[in-house]
Amino acid sequence: MHQASSYEQIERRARTRERVRKTVTYVLLVLWALIVLFPFYWMILSSVKSYSAYNSEYIPKLYTLAPTIQNYIDAFTTVSLGRYFLNTLIFTVITTGLMMIVIVPAAFAFSRLDFPGKNLVFTLFLSLMMIPNELVIITNFVTITDWGMRNSYIGLILPSVTSVFYIYLLKENFEQIPDALYKAAKVDGTSDLKYLLKVMLPMTRPTIITIMILKVIECWNSYVWPRLITDDERYFLVSNGIQEIRENGFGRENIPAMMAAVVVISVPLIVLFLIFHKKIMAGVSRGGTKG
Amino acid sequence: MKIVLQDLTKRYPNRNRKIKEEVVAVDRFNFEIPDGELIGLLGPSGCGKSTTLNMICGLEKPTEGRIFFGEDDVTDLPPENRGVGMVFQSYALYPHLTVRQNIRFPLENLKGDKKLSNTEMDQRADEAAKLVQIDQLMDRKPSELSGGQQQRVSIARALVKMPRVLLLDEPLSNLDARLRLQTREEIRRIQRETGITTVFVTHDQEEAMSISDGIVVMASGVVQQIGKPQDVYDDPVNLFVAKFLGTPAINVFAGEVKGGHLFINGEDVLPVGSVPDAPVTVGIRPEGFVLQDDGPFTVDLVRVEVMGRDTSVVSTHPSLEGATVRSIISAENKIDPKAKQVHFALKSAKVLLFNKETEERIRF
Amino acid sequence: MKQSKWKPWLYLLPAFIFLGIFMVYPLIDVFVYSFEEGYNSASQTFFGTGPYNYRYVLRDPYFLQAVKNTFLIVVITVPVSTGLALLISVGLNSIKPLKELFQTIYFLPYVTNTLAVGLVFMILFQKTPYTDGFVNLIIKWFGGSSIDFIDGPYWAKMFVMCFYTIWVVMPFKVLILTSALASVNPVYYNAAKVDGTSKLRIFTRITLPMISPMLFYLIITGFIGAFKAYSDEVAIFGTDLNAAGMNTIVGYVYDMLYGDSGGYPSYAAAAAIILFAIVLTITCVNLLVSRKNTTYA
Repeated sequence: MHQASSYEQIERRARTRERVRKTVTYVLLVLWALIVLFPFYWMILSSVKSYSAYNSEYIPKLYTLAPTIQNYIDAFTTVSLGRYFLNTLIFTVITTGLMMIVIVPAAFAFSRLDFPGKNLVFTLFLSLMMIPNELVIITNFVTITDWGMRNSYIGLILPSVTSVFYIYLLKENFEQIPDALYKAAKVDGTSDLKYLLKVMLPMTRPTIITIMILKVIECWNSYVWPRLITDDERYFLVSNGIQEIRENGFGRENIPAMMAAVVVISVPLIVLFLIFHKKIMAGVSRGGTKG
Repeated sequence: MKIVLQDLTKRYPNRNRKIKEEVVAVDRFNFEIPDGELIGLLGPSGCGKSTTLNMICGLEKPTEGRIFFGEDDVTDLPPENRGVGMVFQSYALYPHLTVRQNIRFPLENLKGDKKLSNTEMDQRADEAAKLVQIDQLMDRKPSELSGGQQQRVSIARALVKMPRVLLLDEPLSNLDARLRLQTREEIRRIQRETGITTVFVTHDQEEAMSISDGIVVMASGVVQQIGKPQDVYDDPVNLFVAKFLGTPAINVFAGEVKGGHLFINGEDVLPVGSVPDAPVTVGIRPEGFVLQDDGPFTVDLVRVEVMGRDTSVVSTHPSLEGATVRSIISAENKIDPKAKQVHFALKSAKVLLFNKETEERIRF
Repeated sequence: MKQSKWKPWLYLLPAFIFLGIFMVYPLIDVFVYSFEEGYNSASQTFFGTGPYNYRYVLRDPYFLQAVKNTFLIVVITVPVSTGLALLISVGLNSIKPLKELFQTIYFLPYVTNTLAVGLVFMILFQKTPYTDGFVNLIIKWFGGSSIDFIDGPYWAKMFVMCFYTIWVVMPFKVLILTSALASVNPVYYNAAKVDGTSKLRIFTRITLPMISPMLFYLIITGFIGAFKAYSDEVAIFGTDLNAAGMNTIVGYVYDMLYGDSGGYPSYAAAAAIILFAIVLTITCVNLLVSRKNTTYA
């Protein structure tokens, strides 16, 4: 009998400990979720507060009863947010498109074609991955300046159209397509280019989409290169635009309008993320890097 | 340590959430395992044998019923307080630890007055390693061992804390055929030497029959039959058990009992005494056939496979459920491979009758 | 199979042209720049070669401040973010309901424009004549006194900086660690449970060693990333980082290249090469340590 009660005790203690652990876990997770989400809440909240309401709140309120869209109108009329937006869109679409045109044939050549010195070339190629952007950006800045391409789309786009890493990722994927398919296509008289377009690309579509999404995110958020290469407001991307708005735009104190601009800039990627969150997260865990 | 299972039941919520009805993995399992015996839980995959093992181990909680180790009710105890050793199907050896560290691992968990000194731990680990004959490999990593050696390490790890009960989950399924034979002898030897009550799970009837003191045949959560291997083989309670035990498998025919005689395909093959007249399912073990020129049981010969000691006769029969009849007869009997038909007499002990509907055994 | 000799090269040509012009040539050129004394980008002249640029950069107080800031950011954010990410991932892996929701939320900062959200952080932490800001509200609520985190004392600015950096790098780390933890075969946990292993011991003796390759990967990339800190700083403190005393090495490079203090690509090149040397050294040390500690399987 004594034994039985001590067993009961052990069990009760284990159950209490389990419950405490669960509670602590959830508290921690919710807390971090709040820290992650709060800035988003705050920017949306501030963006719908009117200018006067915001500035009269010495103690900031966590809600507003009189939301306004005036700030969004200001964001598009007072500063050239629409222009920045359009620039970024153009930059993102062209860069991503060009990049695909450059990297797909390269990945194809490395994975499928045989040529003397392929291994050596590929090794050299991989070693390029270790070169930090910060080293080469200095010369690129000088090059683009010398070519007179400052403040132009082409100057913005050119240095970003290759990525060693994405070629590598794509090549690895291409290599998973069985050899037999290539041989079968050759027997049928399919040209390399047709095989690439009709067989390989459709078969590796998930990877292609992942790469494109990652590149779009990268383009949308790029700041350093556009900052170096543009000082004409007409060619600013959103990142530079938001810095410009902050420093010279609405006047330092019109924070609600600034927040409206921030919301507008953030929305496209967040929407993209909400639609593709599984793909994006899988893609990033396979090879994205940041931070 | 004897193990008593009392009305042991496990139900899971249905995977399809819309269906309220629960899935019964194990249904009212009653069994008393005598101290020091080696018991095999046998059944096809999904029959609830692994769930039963996990409940004995403490990794899963029974929905209903109790589990006793000796006189102790351990039903609600976490695994670490039960004194069980478990060998997992995939061995679960920690890949980053050496063999010695793996075997020592359970000992390092002991706390309070059970705590052991470093030398004591090494000594115990050495003893366990010697028992399973891997004491030469103590400083290797699991990845440097063969499958059989990994298996031994995982048995040593289960034994090192001197458990009251040893549990093995499909201990041989990851080994190749030759190693399997060798390892199952090994398990028997270790179990004999240590005298620990042992339960193991397997889907391979040969494995269970060859080394167990007793076997439990399970199907879809329900215990079909419990008994000594030979008894269960000779005297199965239903068609499932009869089909599950034995290689080659039992041959099953449609037949009929009329006036105390068994008819298969219209031939009077065997007197069956007082069995009432009814259509029946007939199981005939491969060794139940006797070659006899005027035998009542006629089959259409397909081929004869000579296997040295025995001869296996493969044939077809119009009343057969299945593709071919397999009969094993002594190699001393000569059969003309070109013969169209072969005649057999039947050994009455090897002919099993089952109710056509319930598939329960009809004894005669 | 017949294949013309030049065809593979044709496929590679576009990539090679771009890489040649924008990666290989610049890599060589940056070393040349760094040894050209007094290079003037307007007149394209210089008056000698030698280590002068390095000497100049290493004596520049702005550079030294940038080095100090960068090292502080690295030393604080890498361990804190990795540890926190580990904690959160372990928590995430131990729950079932809401797990996917939490995972999605945690990943959100990865897809946001760091410049834009940095502005929100600035507003949350800023103290102006009109408002103390949200963070100070909380501090006062707990009985503290308000601080200007954006224009105030150095440690306060450094705190915001690190806080924001951690906020930005967490999604990647949580994602990687969660999938690393999930890939540990649960049979090891069962085996350990049967042996009565305590939760803590399971974590230190089984979980940690098993995910150590991923952990080291995160630490290495974390170091590299933190050493290149720049745009997060701009996001919080604006483009004039020197004035805020919050410049980083990369920021120093860009300031030397362009902007009000710019026009000195030689100094920029020297600073960039110093940074590269630091990062390379630390990465090598990291690799050596990790090789020693993850020798299994």
